[in-house]
Amino acid sequence: MTAYRVTIGLEVHVQLKTQSKMFCACSTDFGQSPNTQVCPVCLGYPGSLPVMNRAAIRLTVMSGLMLGCRINPTSKFDRKNYFYPDMPKNYQITQCDKPLCLGGGVDIEVDGKSRRIGITRIHQEEDVAKNLHYAKWSGIDYNRAGVPLMEIVSEPDMESPEEAMAYLLALRQILLYAGVSDCNLEEGNMRCDVNISIRPEGQKELGTKAEIKNMNTFKGVFAALQYEIARQTEVVSSGGRIVQETRRWDADSGQTFSMRTKEDAHDYRYFPEPDLMPVALPDVLVAEWAASLPELPAQRRERFAREYGLPEYDARVLAADKAVGDYFEIAARGSPNPKAVSNWMMSDVMRTLSEKDISITAFTIPPDALAELVGLTEAKAINSNTAREVFSIMLTEGGRAGEIVAARGLAQVSDAGAIEKVVDQVIAENAKVIEDFRSGKAAAFKFLVGQVMRLSKGKANPQIAGEMLQRKLSN
Amino acid sequence: MVRRQRVKSRYSIIEVFVIGKGKMLNTLTLSAVVGKLERLECRSQDVVQSVLDAIRLKDDRLHGYLTVDAEEALRQAKATDEARAAGRTGRLLGVPIAIKDVLNVKGQPCTCGSKILKGYISPYDATAIARLRVEGAVFLGRTNMDEFAMGSSTENSAYGVTRNPWNPDCVPGGSSGGSAAVVAADEAIAALGSDTGGSVRQPASFCGCVGLKPTYGRISRYGLTAYASSLDQIGPMTKTVADAALLLQVMAGGDPADSSSLSVPVPDYTAALQKDLKGMTLGLPREYFVGGLHVDVERRVQEAIEVCRGLGARIVEVALPRSREAIATYYIIAPAEASANLSRFDGVRYGFRAAGAEDPIDLYKKTRAQGFGPEVKRRIILGTYVLSSGYYDAFYLRAQKVRTLIRRDFEEAFKVCDAILSPVAPTPAYRFGENTADPLQMYLGDIFTVPVNLAGICGLSVPCGFTADKLPVGLQVVGPALGEEAILRVGHAYEQATQWHQQRPGSPS
Ligand SMILES: [Zn+2]
Repeated sequence: MTAYRVTIGLEVHVQLKTQSKMFCACSTDFGQSPNTQVCPVCLGYPGSLPVMNRAAIRLTVMSGLMLGCRINPTSKFDRKNYFYPDMPKNYQITQCDKPLCLGGGVDIEVDGKSRRIGITRIHQEEDVAKNLHYAKWSGIDYNRAGVPLMEIVSEPDMESPEEAMAYLLALRQILLYAGVSDCNLEEGNMRCDVNISIRPEGQKELGTKAEIKNMNTFKGVFAALQYEIARQTEVVSSGGRIVQETRRWDADSGQTFSMRTKEDAHDYRYFPEPDLMPVALPDVLVAEWAASLPELPAQRRERFAREYGLPEYDARVLAADKAVGDYFEIAARGSPNPKAVSNWMMSDVMRTLSEKDISITAFTIPPDALAELVGLTEAKAINSNTAREVFSIMLTEGGRAGEIVAARGLAQVSDAGAIEKVVDQVIAENAKVIEDFRSGKAAAFKFLVGQVMRLSKGKANPQIAGEMLQRKLSN
Repeated sequence: MVRRQRVKSRYSIIEVFVIGKGKMLNTLTLSAVVGKLERLECRSQDVVQSVLDAIRLKDDRLHGYLTVDAEEALRQAKATDEARAAGRTGRLLGVPIAIKDVLNVKGQPCTCGSKILKGYISPYDATAIARLRVEGAVFLGRTNMDEFAMGSSTENSAYGVTRNPWNPDCVPGGSSGGSAAVVAADEAIAALGSDTGGSVRQPASFCGCVGLKPTYGRISRYGLTAYASSLDQIGPMTKTVADAALLLQVMAGGDPADSSSLSVPVPDYTAALQKDLKGMTLGLPREYFVGGLHVDVERRVQEAIEVCRGLGARIVEVALPRSREAIATYYIIAPAEASANLSRFDGVRYGFRAAGAEDPIDLYKKTRAQGFGPEVKRRIILGTYVLSSGYYDAFYLRAQKVRTLIRRDFEEAFKVCDAILSPVAPTPAYRFGENTADPLQMYLGDIFTVPVNLAGICGLSVPCGFTADKLPVGLQVVGPALGEEAILRVGHAYEQATQWHQQRPGSPS
C-alpha cells in the first residue's frame, strides 16, 4: 500500500481587540442587539468613506513582531470584489500585494519533536456581517461588519492534524500574550480556512489541494483534517483524482462537502483602495512598538525557571496561559519562596479553577493574598492543614490569611510548654499504642503525633510535637 | 423679540420688489444676496420665495430640478431670518443653494439620477453640506444629472433630460447639467456640482455660468456618492467667479472623515481676487489648439486670451504631449473604480429592490438589471473587464503609469506659467440625441477637462462669449495643485474686463 504525505496550510482570521471598527467609529462590542452598532460607513451607504483605525494597525504589527515577521515599511489597502449578502459594499477592504507583515513563524512541539511552522504573511482587513437564517427568511446583522481582522497565512508546513492543532494552540497562546485579541472561539474571534493536500511518499510536488472554509473551532479543524485525509487517500488510492475545490465542513455529519470548484472560483479583481492612503511605518515607530512587546511564552518559561528557580515542568505549566503567568508573578514577588507559590498554584489554585470551570481572571483570591497565605505557612505560623482550611475560607468568604488566622485562633502553637502539656496527656492516655511503638510499629508513632494535633485542634507545630514525643518516649 | 418685529414690519414682499431697482432677487449673484441679507434689505424667505417662483415658472420645461421641497426651504429660510434677528451670523445665512443629486443632505433624497436609488433618503450630511449648513445655507432642491455622474449631457438621467436655458433643443452639458441650467436660468442663486472628468466645468461652459473644479482633496468627498474615487471632486457652480470663491472658502479644508482630503491651510480666496494680471504668465498648450475645435469656440477663446494679454498677463506656449492619452486613460481608471463603487447598489439595504427574486444572487441581478441605465452598465462592464485577472496589467496598471506622465506634463508646464488657458470643451452645447448614438464621440468632448482630473489639479470655467447661434462658450483656466488663488484671480480679472457673465438667457419659450 502506498504511503501518503499530508500537507496542511492554515489561514487564520483573528478579530483584533480594538474599541472601534476598522474604518468607522462604531463599537466592536460582542453580543449587542442586531444592527445597533452601525453607521453609514459600515453599512456601505452612498458617499461614506473609510478611515483607517490606527490602533488596529498597531495590533497587527505587534502580532507580526511577536511572530518574528518583517514589517513592511509601506503597505497599502486593496478592494477585493465579490457579491455576497454579508458584504455591505460588495467589496472587502483588505491587503493584496503589500501586507503589513511578511515572513515569521511559530514553534510547535508534537510528540516531543520541535518544529517551526513558517508564516507567509499577515494582512489587515475588515470582517463581514453575520447572516442569520430563519425558516422563511434571512436577516443580516451588520454589527460585525467592519470589525478589524488580521489574516495570518501559514506556509504549507504542517504534516498532520496534530501539527495543525499544535500550531493553532501555539498561535493562540502568542496572540493572547500579545494582548491583540481575546481569541475567544465562541465569539468568533478566531476563524480559519484550511488548505490540505496529500501526495505519495517520494513525490516532490504538492498534490492538488482542497480548501475548507470558515472553521470556527479547533476541534472542528482537527476532525475535518482527519476526514479530508481519509477522503483524499481513498480517492487517490482507488485511482481517482483530487479536484481543486472549496469544501464545507459539516460538524453534525462529520463530513466535508464540495461548495465550488476552481472553474467557478471568483475573480476578485483586486485593485488599490483609492479611499485610503498607503500605510507608512517608519523604523522608529516600529522600534517603539517593538520595545513595548510582552515576552513570548517560551521566553517567559525560561525566565520563570531562571528567576524563580522553578523546575522546567512548573515553568511550562505556569507560562502556558498569560493570565496564569501574570498571577504567579505577582504572588511570587510577594513571597519568600516562589516554589511554594508554584506548588499552591499547580495544586489548589488550578484544581479550584477546573472545578469551578473559570479562568484565573475570575478567581476570587487576589495574588497578593495567596502570597500572604504562603508566607504564613513558610514562617510556620500555620501548618499545612490549617493553610488549606484558610484557603477555602478565603475562597468562599474572602478576607486575608493573617486576619482569618488571628480571628479564628488558628495560629500554630510552637511554644514548647504548651505543646508539652498536650504531649504528656497523649502519652498518659495511650499506653497500648506506646507499647506498639516500642515494639517497633512505625505507624504507632504517626498515630501519636496525630493525637497531639487533634487535641491541639491542629494548631501544634507538628515538627516540634514529633521531636518532643520522640524524646519523651525514648527516655 | 423687538428686533424681529422691526425686521418684519420693514421688509414686506412689496418692498422686496422695489429693492434692486426692480431686479428679482432670484437673478442676483450669491455675493449680492449675502450683502442684501446682511444689510437687512431683504429676508431669506423673500429670496427663497423668489427662487421658488422662478422654479414654478420655468422648471416644468427646463427640468433642472429633480426635487424641490418648497415648504421645507421656506421653513429653513424663516428659521435663518429669526436666527439673524436673534444675532446669529453666518457667511451664507439664509442663502438658498441648489445641490446636485449626488451629494447627501440629511433627510433629503439622493437618487444620483438613477432608478436604483429611488426612495433612498439620506441619513447624513456630506461634509461639504455640513460646512454650508454651519454658515446658514438653505438647501431647497436637488438638481438633475447624468446617472451616477456618468455622462456629459444629462441625457443619461433616469428622470428625463434637462434643457439648456439658452436653447431648449440643446443639452445643458453634464453630468452636473441640472445645476448649470438652474444657475443660468436664475432658478438658483448658486449650486453645487461634482467633477470627475469635467462634470462641473463643461456644463458651466454650455450654460454660460462659472464652474470650479478644485484640486483633488481640497474639498472633502465624504458624502459625495462616489463615481471614480481618485478623480471625484465637489465644485461650486455660480454666476460669478467671486461667488465660486466664496463657496470654495466655506467648503475647503481637511476632513478627518476623508483620508484623501488635504489638511493644508485654506487661503483667503476672496482676497486673491483683488490682484490684477500684471506679472502673471499664462500658458497655452499647443496641443489644445490644433484642429477639431468648433470655429466659434476657437475664436472666443482666442479673444479671451487677448483680453488677458491686454490686462497685463504674459502669454507663453506650453506642451502637454500626454493629454492625447487622457481620454483612454480616464476610460480605464474611472470605470474600474466605478465598477467597485457601484457594487453596493444591490437592493439589500436601501433604494430600489426588484420584485420576485429567488435568492440573493437573483436579487442582485434583477435589481441591477432594472435599476441601472445603459451608460452605467456600459461603464461597470468596462471597469470589470479592465480589472479582470489577466487584463489588469495591460489596462489598469498601464493607465496608472500614463496618469503619472500626464501629471508630470502639467508639473513641467507650471514651471514656466502660473495658469493655463484653453477651451473647456471643443464644441458648444449640442442638440439632444446628437451624440448619444456614438459614446466615443461623447467621451471626446471631455478632452480638455479630463487631464485636469487625472493630474489632480484645479480648473475653472468662465463664460467668454457666444457662438453665432447664441450658445455660450467657456474659457478654461487651469492651475497647479492648490493653485485655486491663481485661477480665481485670472477668472475674476477676465470677468471684470468683460460683460459675458451678465448676459442671461431669455425665458425658454
Ligand atoms: Zn460604523
